[in-house]
Amino acid sequence: MNFTNNYEVALNGIKANKMRSSLTMLGIIIGVAAVIIMISVGQGASKRISDQISSMGSNLLMIYSGSSGGPMRGASGSVNSLTLDDAEAIGELDQVANSVPELSTSGNVQYGNQTWTSTVDGTTPEMQEIKQWTLSSGSYFSDEDVTNVSMVAVIGSTVAENLFSSGTDPVGQSITINKLTFKVVGVLNSKGAAMMGQDQDDIIYVPITTVQLRMVGSKYVRTINVQAASENSMSYVQSNVEELLRQRHRISDTEEDDFNVRNLTSVLEAMETATGTMTMLLASVAAVSLLVGGIGIMNIMLVSVTERTREIGLRMAVGATESNILNQFLVESLVLCLAGGVLGILTGVVGAKLISKFAGWNTYITMYSILLSAGFSAVIGVFFGYYPAKKAAGLDPIEALRFEK
Amino acid sequence: MSGKAAILMEDIKKTYDMGETQIFALKGVSLNIQEGEMVAIMGSSGSGKSTLLNLIGCLDRPTGGTYYLDGENVSDLDKDQLAAIRNKRLGFVFQGFNLLGRVSVLANVQLPLVYAGTGKKEMEDRAKEALAWVGLASYTRHYPSQMSGGQQQRVAIARALVNNPSLILADEPTGALDSKTSIEIISVIQRLNIEKGITVVMVTHEKDIALYCRRLINLKDGRIIGDEPVLNRRDAARDLSLLAEERGAAS
Repeated sequence: MNFTNNYEVALNGIKANKMRSSLTMLGIIIGVAAVIIMISVGQGASKRISDQISSMGSNLLMIYSGSSGGPMRGASGSVNSLTLDDAEAIGELDQVANSVPELSTSGNVQYGNQTWTSTVDGTTPEMQEIKQWTLSSGSYFSDEDVTNVSMVAVIGSTVAENLFSSGTDPVGQSITINKLTFKVVGVLNSKGAAMMGQDQDDIIYVPITTVQLRMVGSKYVRTINVQAASENSMSYVQSNVEELLRQRHRISDTEEDDFNVRNLTSVLEAMETATGTMTMLLASVAAVSLLVGGIGIMNIMLVSVTERTREIGLRMAVGATESNILNQFLVESLVLCLAGGVLGILTGVVGAKLISKFAGWNTYITMYSILLSAGFSAVIGVFFGYYPAKKAAGLDPIEALRFEK
Repeated sequence: MSGKAAILMEDIKKTYDMGETQIFALKGVSLNIQEGEMVAIMGSSGSGKSTLLNLIGCLDRPTGGTYYLDGENVSDLDKDQLAAIRNKRLGFVFQGFNLLGRVSVLANVQLPLVYAGTGKKEMEDRAKEALAWVGLASYTRHYPSQMSGGQQQRVAIARALVNNPSLILADEPTGALDSKTSIEIISVIQRLNIEKGITVVMVTHEKDIALYCRRLINLKDGRIIGDEPVLNRRDAARDLSLLAEERGAAS
């Protein structure tokens, strides 16, 4: 007895009971499809978050002015305490890659007869490196522009689209922001929406000194973005920054800080872990349905063995060995599971696409989720097929031939 | 007796352990059946005739004694070895035909060859040959449910002879058939014995059917109580033509 024969015998067994075989397969199809869809939804969510992390800048600490505790505390930024010198001093610290001050204000932007309201973000050139901006045309403003309080602006793609007609290159054009004239030196490539839905491209970067002196009239900055040299050095940098700022602001040990440091990356990483946990949870719920499908296979195989007792007896009488019978039923359940697995993968992939299309969720199908569920259905085929097959192979031919339905 | 012994049993015992009690199905049976014989085993139910047939057919192992099939001691073989012997040397015909309802007649006849590992082409050729021999050459694509009882039993006989066995075992082969069809089936079995020289051992409780055999063994309470040649052995082919004449005369 060779494998082809065995396979054919098993296939005949499946074909002989089409309705029952397809219902049994349905259990596996649903299970596998559920696993793939759930994992793809979870992976989609966590991929979105990791994209956010990289677009926000990695290894980033954000320092806000204002205290985080105490009876007199106000909202972040309501107390001005951080200065450009603070930012510069932080930049001198060990393991600090970039220290970028930020002061933003709202701006009415005008070009010709087009107007637009956007966020005007005063920073230094290092902001480009932190946020990993790329430019579609022109260049970022320079350190000299910061020193000279230049009236130059780098605009986001949303701003560019709303002010300029598609034919014109904004670089070199003059725009007015809050009635001040700025020269556009660069246009940023689009980054898309941020995690909470804000449009990251609706932004105008100008030198921080320009915002301080010409627009807001303040010597303070609202935020300092500190980028650590590596992920491992973040807590080291954080404690150094806190110590430095307490010294510079002459805050005694008993007083509250007049600034607070947030590690946004770690918040997002926590969210990523949470999504990972959610993925696992969804996948395990889906895996339960796969398990139920497997039990369905076992159930049907047991019924099938009982129903075909005489057939088994006859096969033994004409020379089938125990392993022949074992293989016949094992191959039968394996074929059911693998066919169900393949159909389930197709259903799952199509289902995931439909979900992203109609529900608007990010889905991300990974090879590993496909391999996982394919492997799982094969394992189920063997695991849940083994007991019924063993039962069939262990039948006594005499008893089996005498069996009355 | 001259010739080679197809079946040689010496003091065969079969005991079934039913927990507290033991059932002695066979209490020491010695038997010598020569190649080319056609033997009927008779006995009331509980006489041990089915047990004896199962032992001869290597479906079961004796609890005592020695059994030589074609000169080879098969009393101590394991399950797989017995399966191989059934596959290569034995053919079975049952009362209830035991055909697989979901596959074609051809596939039914091929079944023993599937387990012998025969190639596809050869399987088909031999199965067709066997079907032609039982007079069902044109039924290869039929399903058992489309056939009469007599035809189904002939398919079963084709299946029994497809692997060229030296011994065919028939367990009440006519038990589910009317008397005329019974004689038809018996005539096929007689042809097996005469034309192909295959040894036949048949269990039956009908004396009429037993009289078509050459030798009659009577079993009672697990022992052989009678073993004699059949005098005036009946010829199924002749009986069939007589039957046809009677019908012709009646109509």
